[in-house]
Amino acid sequence: MFTETFVAALLLGAVTAGIPLLLAGLGEQISEKAGVLNIGLEGMMLAGAYAGFAVAYHADSFALGFLAGGAAGLAAAMLMVLCCVIGGMNQIVVGIAITLGAEGLTALEHHFAFSRSYPRLPKAETLPVPGLSELPVVGRAFFDHPPLVYLAVLLTFVMVWIYRRTHIGLNLQAAGDRPAALDAAGVGVRTTRALAVLSTGFLAGVGGAYLSAVGGGLFLPFMTGGDGFIAIVLAMLARGRPTWVLLGAFLFGISLSLTTALQVAGVNVPTDVIQMLPFAMVIVVLVLFGRNSRLPPALGLPYRRGVR
Amino acid sequence: MNAAAAATDDIAIAFSGITKRFPGVVANDGISLAFRRGEVHALLGENGAGKSTLIGIMSGMLAPDEGRIEVDGRATRLSSPADALRLGIGTVFQHMMLVPGLTVLENLMLGAPWWRLRSRSRALARFRELAGLLSVDPDPDAPVGRLSPGEQQQVEIMRALWHGGRVLILDEPTSMLTPKGVAELGAVVRRLRDHGVAVVFVTHKLREAHALADRISVLRRGRVVGALGPEQLRAMGEAEVLDAVVAMMFGRTERADALGEVLAGGVGAGPALRPVDRTRPPRLVLSGVSTVGARGECALAGVSLKVWPGEVLGIAGVDGNGQKHLAEVLAGQRPVSAGSIMLDGREIAALGVPARRALGVRYVTDERLDEGIAGEHPVAVNLVLKEIGRPPLWRAGIARWGAINAHARDLICAHDVRTPSERTPIAWLSGGNIQKVLLARELSPDATLVVLGKPTHGLDLQTTRLARERIRNGAGARDAALVVISNELEELLETCHRIAVLDRGTIRGIVDNRPDAERAVGRLMTGIAHAA
Amino acid sequence: MSAAELVTGAVRILLPVLLALVAGGLVLLAMGADPLAYYGYVVERGLLSRTGLEASVTRMAPLLLIAAGLIVAFRAGLWNLGVDGQFLLAAVVVAALAPALAPAVPHWLMVPVCFAVAFAVGAVWSVIPAFLKAVHGINEIIATLMMSFLGVGLANILIKLVFFDPATTVPQTATLAVEDRLARLGATTVHWGVLLGVAAVLAVHWLMGHTALGLRLQIVGSSPRAAIHAGINLRRLTFVAFALGAGLAGVGGAADVMGVHGTVQADWNPAYGILVIPLVFLARFNGWGVIAFVFGFAVLMIGGESAARRVGVPTFFVLVLVALLLLFLAVVEYLDHERRRRRAA
Repeated sequence: MFTETFVAALLLGAVTAGIPLLLAGLGEQISEKAGVLNIGLEGMMLAGAYAGFAVAYHADSFALGFLAGGAAGLAAAMLMVLCCVIGGMNQIVVGIAITLGAEGLTALEHHFAFSRSYPRLPKAETLPVPGLSELPVVGRAFFDHPPLVYLAVLLTFVMVWIYRRTHIGLNLQAAGDRPAALDAAGVGVRTTRALAVLSTGFLAGVGGAYLSAVGGGLFLPFMTGGDGFIAIVLAMLARGRPTWVLLGAFLFGISLSLTTALQVAGVNVPTDVIQMLPFAMVIVVLVLFGRNSRLPPALGLPYRRGVR
Repeated sequence: MNAAAAATDDIAIAFSGITKRFPGVVANDGISLAFRRGEVHALLGENGAGKSTLIGIMSGMLAPDEGRIEVDGRATRLSSPADALRLGIGTVFQHMMLVPGLTVLENLMLGAPWWRLRSRSRALARFRELAGLLSVDPDPDAPVGRLSPGEQQQVEIMRALWHGGRVLILDEPTSMLTPKGVAELGAVVRRLRDHGVAVVFVTHKLREAHALADRISVLRRGRVVGALGPEQLRAMGEAEVLDAVVAMMFGRTERADALGEVLAGGVGAGPALRPVDRTRPPRLVLSGVSTVGARGECALAGVSLKVWPGEVLGIAGVDGNGQKHLAEVLAGQRPVSAGSIMLDGREIAALGVPARRALGVRYVTDERLDEGIAGEHPVAVNLVLKEIGRPPLWRAGIARWGAINAHARDLICAHDVRTPSERTPIAWLSGGNIQKVLLARELSPDATLVVLGKPTHGLDLQTTRLARERIRNGAGARDAALVVISNELEELLETCHRIAVLDRGTIRGIVDNRPDAERAVGRLMTGIAHAA
Repeated sequence: MSAAELVTGAVRILLPVLLALVAGGLVLLAMGADPLAYYGYVVERGLLSRTGLEASVTRMAPLLLIAAGLIVAFRAGLWNLGVDGQFLLAAVVVAALAPALAPAVPHWLMVPVCFAVAFAVGAVWSVIPAFLKAVHGINEIIATLMMSFLGVGLANILIKLVFFDPATTVPQTATLAVEDRLARLGATTVHWGVLLGVAAVLAVHWLMGHTALGLRLQIVGSSPRAAIHAGINLRRLTFVAFALGAGLAGVGGAADVMGVHGTVQADWNPAYGILVIPLVFLARFNGWGVIAFVFGFAVLMIGGESAARRVGVPTFFVLVLVALLLLFLAVVEYLDHERRRRRAA
C-alpha cells in the first residue's frame, strides 16, 4: 500500500492539514508563554475560517481572505483581552463562550449568506520552489504550495529567534513565569499579555482561513472540528519550543490526511476510525509524555499588582 | 560617615506629606522623610506600621493619595515601576522578584525597550561593572532558580542598580540569609554607601538596623514617630539605641520594657524552660528518614532525631533546606522514601494525616493562607478541616451542622477569634485571627507531637510574645513532643531545649540550649556556608 | 438573608439572562430576522402549547442528569468538558442493550440494569482524564475534550459496525419497543426519567451540602493544598468526582434513549453537554436554581427547534445565545466582584 502515489498524497495532505494547526499552535504558544490559557482558540480559528472564506469568495483574492481571517481571529481575541487580561474574568468561561459564540455565529452567518449552498473556491495558486518541486514524491508534497505555507514554516523559525534573541521573548516568558517580576522591572504585564493574546488570535484566524479557503476550498459549519483544541495540546507539549509545534503539526497533519490518502490507495477504512486518530494520538501522547508537559506557573491567573 | 554627606543638597529622594489610604485604614499618614546619598537609612516599624506601603510608593508600585515626592530636588511623580527605575530608584523586595526560568543575565536585561535586540556583550559589561562594585561573582548564565537565596539576593541588588544606582531600597533583606550571608550583605551595603548610593534599609530587627544604619527612622501606624541621626547614633551605645527605638515603636516606655526583651532577643532573656525528664523513653524517634523532592526542592536525606515528652526541639536553618519536607513527613502529608518514624514506640511512617491525628499528631503550618485554610469556606468548616467525616460531628458520613457550628462557637470563644460569625468565610479574617483559628484547630491537651512551622511569622510583637510563651509551656498539651521550625534563631533560643541545624536535607548537628548555644548554632550554620 | 441581598441575588442571576436575550435579539436583527417574532414563537411553541410544554419537560430529563454530574465535577474544581462523549457512548450502549434485554428480563429489572450500565460506561470514559489529572496534573479540559471527540467517534463506529439494525437503511441500533420504554407520567407524553433527573439534581445538592464526601469534594475543588494538608485523598476524590460526573451524564444518555428515542442513529449528537455548562454556572451550583434554568433552557431548545422550521432561524442561534449568556455571566460576576471590593473599601 505504500506506493509512491499513496505517500505523495499522504504527505501533501499532511502539509495542507498541518498548516492551520501550525499557525494556531504557534499562536497559542505565545499566549501560554505569557500566562494566558486560550481555550477560545477553536472559536478564533472558526471565526477566521468563515471570514477568510467569505472574503476570499467575494473579493476573489486569497491574500485578502487570509487577512480577513486574521482580522476575525483578532476580533475574537479582543474579546478575550477585554474580559480576561483587563477584566481578570475566568479565562475558561470566556474561552468556552468565544468558541460557542463563534460556532453559532459563523453557522448562522453562513446560513443567511449562503443558505444551504456550499460554494467552492478555485484552487489556490501555488508557488513551486524552483528545482526542489521537481523532486520525486516530496517535491509536490513540500515544495509546491501557496506562499502562505512557506511563510508559516518560516514563522516557526522567526518565533525561535524572537524567543531567544529579543526582549519580547524575555517579556513573554516573565509574564508567564513570574508576572510580578516583569512588573517590577517596569514592563506592563497586561500590555504584554494583551499583545500575546492578540497575536494568538491573528495567527489562529489566518490558520482558520487557510483551513477553509485552501484546505477545503469551502466553508462548512463547525468545520474546525477540534483543530483548535489539538493546537492547544501541541503548544502544551511543545514546552515553549516552536520547532516542536512544527513537528507536532506535521504529525497530526499526517493522521488527519490519512483518510484521503487511504481512499486514494483504495483501502476502505471507515472514516469515523480515521477521524478519531488525531484525538487518540493526543490521548496516547498525553498518557505517555504528559508528565513532561510543563505549563507556566502563572498560567490561567489574572495579574493584579500587589495581589499575590 | 562624614558630615558632608548629611548636607541638604545631598538628598537623593525626599517625601513630604505622603498619605495613602486603603479600605478602612490609613497606611501612610502624612509621612515626610529624606534619604541622603552615601547614607544607610533604616526604616523600622512593626508589621502594619506602613513600611511596605512606603516602599510601594517609592518603587512606583503604588500611587500616593496626597503628598509630594522630590528626586534630586525636582518634584516627580512615580506612577509606575518603570518611572522609578528610570530615576535610578531600585528595590529589592522581600519576596523574590526574579524569573526562576531565566538566567542571571536575562533577568538583568528584563525591562529594556522591546524593540531592541538583546545585547549580550553590553549586558555582560554592565554585569561585570556591578559585580566588581558589589565584589560578588554569580555566574551570569546560571538559571536564577538554581542559585542560593544569598546569590539570588545579589542578583536582585544588581538589578536594582542596573539603571544607575541613585537609591537602593532593601525590604527585610536578611530574612532568607544565613549569618554569613547577613555579614556579606552588610559589606555590600557599606560599599554601595561609600559609592554614594542612598540605601534604604527596611527591617523589624533592631540589632541589624543598629549595626548597619547611619540614620534610623521609626514608623508607627502610618506616621514617622521618631528618628535618630548619625551624630546621635554615634554618641549612643547599642543598648541605649535599642531602648530609644523600642520606646518610639510602642509609645509608652513601661510597655516597651517587656517587649524590648522579645525584640532584642538574647540568651536567657525568657523565663526558664520546663525541665525534661530524659530517663523516660523518647516520644518521637526518627531514624534515617529520607524523602523525594520535586525539581528544585530540597528533600530530606537520612534525618535522625529524638524528642522526649515535654521537650521542645528547634529546627534552625535557612528556608528551603528541607524544613517543609520535615514538617510534612511528621504530619503525614508526605511519604517517606526510606527510614522510620516512631511515635511512642509505634511505627507511623505509613499512616496518613487522619490516622496520625487520631494518635495526637498536630501540625501548625507556616503557610497559613496557602494550605492552612480553605479560604472560601466558613470558619466553622476550617476548624474541623482535619476531622471531616469523623464522629461525633459527622454521623455515618452525614454532617451535623448544628453540632459543627456549636463546636466552632466554643473554640472561637476559647481562643478569642475575632469573627462576625462562625459562618463567615475564613479568608475575610485578619492574619492574626486566621492564626488563632489554626491554633484552635491544632492545639489540644491530648496532643502527643506538635509540629510548628514559623509560629510567629508575620505576627505583631505582642502576639509573638504570647505565642512563644505558649510554646515554652508545651503548646497547650500535657506532655507532647514539640518540634519548632523557624528561621529566626532568637525565637528558637527563647523556646527550645535543644536546637538542630538542618541544611540541605541533613541534620548538621544538635546543640543544647545553653548560654553558648547561639554561637554554636551560628558555627554550624556558617560552617555550612563555607562548605557551600 | 436580607431583602437587599435577595434583590442583588436576583439581579445577578437575571441580568445576564436579560442581557443575553437583548444581545441575541440584536444579532437576529443584524441577520435580518425579527427578534420579537422569534422569541414570541419560542415561548408560544416551547411553553404555552400543551405538546410544546410536554416536549420541553421531557427534554429536561437528559439535561438535568448532565447538570447533576456537572455540579459534582465543577464543585470539585474539575472542568469535565467531555460530557458529550460520555453521554453518547452510554446512549449507544444502552440503545443496543435495552432491546436485547427487554424480551428476556422483566421491565423492572431491565431499566435499572440499563441505567447502571450507562453509569458505568460514562464513568469508564472519564478514567483516562481522571488519571492524567490526578497523577500527572494535566489540565482536564484538554483530556476530557479529546475523550469526548473519541467517544463520539467510537459511538458512531459501534452503531455502524457492531450494533446496527440490519432492517434499516440508515445505520442505527435496534429500536426499543414503545411498551418497553420508560413509563409516561399520567396522561402526558412525559416519561419518568424527568423525575429521575430532578431527583439526581436534588440528591447531588444534598450530597454537596450535607455529607463528608461533599465537603471533601468542595475543599478539593476550592483549595487543593488545604485538602492535602487535611489529609484528604486528592487522587481518589479526583477519580470519584470524575466518575460521578461522567456516570450521571451516561445515565442522561440512557434516559434519553429509553424515554424518548428508543434508538440511536449514526451521527446523532445532540451536544447537550456544553450547553448545560452555563446553566450550572448561572445557578451557582445550586440544585433548585439548576432545575429552574434547565426548564427555561428546555423551552428555548424546543421552541427554537420549531422556530427553525417556521421563522427560518437555524438552531445554531441557540449556541449564540448560550455564548452570550456565558459572557454576560462573567461580566456581571466581574462587576459584582468589583462592587464588593469597592464596598469593602
